[in-house]
Amino acid sequence: MAKRVVIDPVTRIEGHLRIEVEVRDGRVVDAYSSAQMWRGLENIIKGRKADDAWMFAQRTCGVCTTVHAMASVRSVENALKLEIPYNAQMVRNLIVASHSLQDHIVHFYHLTALDWVDIVSALKADPNKASAIAESYQSWKLNGASVFRSVQEKLKKFVASGQLGPFASGYWGHPAMKLPPEVNLIAVTHYLQALDYQRKACQAVAILGGKNPHIQNLAVGGVSTAINPDNVATLNMERLYYIKQLLEEIRDFVQNCYFPDCMAISAFYKEWLNYGKTGEYYLSVPDLPQDTKGELFDIPGGTVINGQVKEIKSFYDPYFINNVAENITHAWYDGDWTRHPWEEETVPKYTGFKADGTVDEKGKYSWSKTPVFKLGNDYVPMEVGPLSMILVGYLTGHKLTKKWTDKALGMISSVAKTEVTIENLKSTAGRNITRAIRAAMMADLALKQWEQLVNNIGRGDLEIFNPPSYPKGEIRGCGFHEAPRGVLSHWSVVHNGGIMKNYQEVVPSTWNAGPRDAKGRKCPYESALIDNPVAESEKPLEVLRTVHSFDPCIACAVHMIDPEGKEIVKVKAL
Amino acid sequence: MDRNMFTGGLPGTISRRGFLRACAIATAAMGLPMEMVTKVAEAAESPERPRVIWLHFQECTGCSESMLRASHPDLATLILDLIDLQYHETLMVGAGHQAEAAFEKAIEEPGYVLVVEGSIPTGEYEDFCMIGGHSAEHNLKKAAKNAAAIINIGTCSAWGGIPVARPNPTKAVATGDIIKDKPIINIGGCPPNPHNFLSAVLYYLTFKKLPPTDIYGRPLFAYGRRIHDHCERRPHFDEGRYAEQFGDVGHRLGYCLYKVGCKAPETFGNCSIIRFNDVEVWPVSVGNGCYGCTEPNFWDTMSPFHERLPGVPLPVNGGTIANATDIGKKALGITAAALAIHAGIGVAKSFAKGKKKEEE
Repeated sequence: MAKRVVIDPVTRIEGHLRIEVEVRDGRVVDAYSSAQMWRGLENIIKGRKADDAWMFAQRTCGVCTTVHAMASVRSVENALKLEIPYNAQMVRNLIVASHSLQDHIVHFYHLTALDWVDIVSALKADPNKASAIAESYQSWKLNGASVFRSVQEKLKKFVASGQLGPFASGYWGHPAMKLPPEVNLIAVTHYLQALDYQRKACQAVAILGGKNPHIQNLAVGGVSTAINPDNVATLNMERLYYIKQLLEEIRDFVQNCYFPDCMAISAFYKEWLNYGKTGEYYLSVPDLPQDTKGELFDIPGGTVINGQVKEIKSFYDPYFINNVAENITHAWYDGDWTRHPWEEETVPKYTGFKADGTVDEKGKYSWSKTPVFKLGNDYVPMEVGPLSMILVGYLTGHKLTKKWTDKALGMISSVAKTEVTIENLKSTAGRNITRAIRAAMMADLALKQWEQLVNNIGRGDLEIFNPPSYPKGEIRGCGFHEAPRGVLSHWSVVHNGGIMKNYQEVVPSTWNAGPRDAKGRKCPYESALIDNPVAESEKPLEVLRTVHSFDPCIACAVHMIDPEGKEIVKVKAL
Repeated sequence: MDRNMFTGGLPGTISRRGFLRACAIATAAMGLPMEMVTKVAEAAESPERPRVIWLHFQECTGCSESMLRASHPDLATLILDLIDLQYHETLMVGAGHQAEAAFEKAIEEPGYVLVVEGSIPTGEYEDFCMIGGHSAEHNLKKAAKNAAAIINIGTCSAWGGIPVARPNPTKAVATGDIIKDKPIINIGGCPPNPHNFLSAVLYYLTFKKLPPTDIYGRPLFAYGRRIHDHCERRPHFDEGRYAEQFGDVGHRLGYCLYKVGCKAPETFGNCSIIRFNDVEVWPVSVGNGCYGCTEPNFWDTMSPFHERLPGVPLPVNGGTIANATDIGKKALGITAAALAIHAGIGVAKSFAKGKKKEEE
């Protein structure tokens, strides 16, 4: 007999998300994803100066801090066809790479790990054994028995207090939890150590951006980070080497601790390499531009459709700019259309849930629109995120992607004692694995950007800003960015000499969390949940595993509706 | 844990043996291994960590994220040793009905500190932010009832923040517009420096009272001074040395950023003093002006962000030179004037209006 299970709120994500699944015989047979919060940010941006848009846009999300700021300035620069100085590109790249590192570390250890790691079980671990196990699969410097012992002591004291704080409502002892006590202790210990390393990544961002979260050093046309190796109050050698030191420490943690931890835990849960596949449509965009125009990139992007890869080659590539659209068939907006972001008009129309509190499958059921990609005469939902980025890189023979992906596959295969291939990465575990691969790559690439910046400063180039000049007429731009959660694009329509006329954000979590498309095809969250096991429908831990593998961000996903919109949700979590 | 389960509500009325037996039962009840009994006993005898409930409404989670950057104390020390964070959607393990149950249980017993992140949509827009099927306003009122005090983290919960920026599409309001009968502290900033929040919490826990504030409810220890008055680039302002554009010679020499939009002359905060992320930075130190984010309604009153703030008197003829006898008196006069502005005017005047006035 089928049972409807509603999870609301989904926690350990950004924002307010509701997931409804139908479970039959211990398997998910249907799924609906519904976004639950709206602020109207893009309405607030309209009518303001295009120069200021990035400041507002950055507040789309504080977890994805920096990313909306990047996409926003790129969208206005794209409209103006304005190049930015090489130094500005490198400063932005360093921020992009460092932020990615922070974001991926936090997602793995602090947001999703508790779906796989049982803290209470760690109390029973033998710290000496834990140390030996950790040493067997990684060369991380903080794996001594005394480290594990002291964490276990701290944990015992904490658990014994009975004041479990945010850990009180956990899925401890859930039948889907499988790690031995020692591996749980290793993971809990690294959960605490990871707090220090994610903070270092924030510090690298802050040295360039003035603070973090929410950097304050961008401008349409470049950056405001003053560079002068011969001044006391600018980016000089002391500042630059501070960044380098931090990046090297983070690289050590990411490549020697996070990466092997992720592979080991994935190997313990190898059955999750077979759950959570969405289909054969993947989208990523190139990033870390290496020139002033945005035609050369350190990370490739493109589409992978039924195994065939097609690259997106520049910030102006029509293959991306002309083919992105949004559909509203199942979203709470008036009408039933599929339109390009510059052409969208958005009139909300709330139709609510059915009388029994479940979603109206035939009608509308989320504030999130359904982003789609034009293929011939069809518009299809695509999966975005590190998985898509790694697939594109692997299939185009990108060396760094291949190096770290092969390393990951090798490690999991040897621990799981079964052959794991690139195909297995199209899965719940695969999304976490590809995120770790991306982090390992970013750790290398951050240092590469650093070298390039320092070399360029050494050549005497201190340029950081090309002032924008706005025409009277209307101009349109697209700014894209391969953010930690995947393809992000901001779409600007600017008029009257620099005033924002229209603004749209097509966001990674919208691509993934959207409701069904015009033809009733599921978006990634929904399709990934089908066939997931659910051992206890009262504690749907497995559903969280798959949803968390996308790293949901709902403040990002919902945007741009009219003030007249109205939402009434009467559903209680079952 | 509820210590009453050991004592029947009367401290010292049961024997040591009885107490340990109760601890053993409690240990089993919590599903812990039996070697944990002594730990449970220790914990039962040590003071309870103060309870904190943290609610998220119309926000971007930037304020919670800022806590991940804190160093003294760091997040682990905060939640493991200092407070009992009973509800926090970004950090908590449980979801769905487990999260809801945690919320209901947490607000049962009075005396907790309520932390609010994000603004609250109201009126016909009340349903624009829903958690577990309830509106933000509903959850706020419910949680505020038994709270000892409320701390608003960030400009959104303190004064509405970005959701109230024109045209305020959801009729969003601040916590203080809804809750009138509880002491409220506002930690301004977008997001605030995490140490301003932490210091407010630690002030309350240590001194058992809320810190004194200015008229906007901001603690004086963090917001009691104009940023401009404690800026390392102030001498350049006083001497008339400015950056005119990002990347120009003045910018490259680390001069004053007033002309490229710095709002520090009308912003109160400690950014230039405690700085951010433990790497000695704040926006001005990297070359970008202050955006005034610790002030109410800064999104409307302080933008355009890269344009010069109107109505700020500039020093002329190479700065301020005076004889030593007069200068003490003058400084006192300035302080008094600053306080008067702080109390009465703040940044309530709009950017455009100020500019118009300046042009006249």
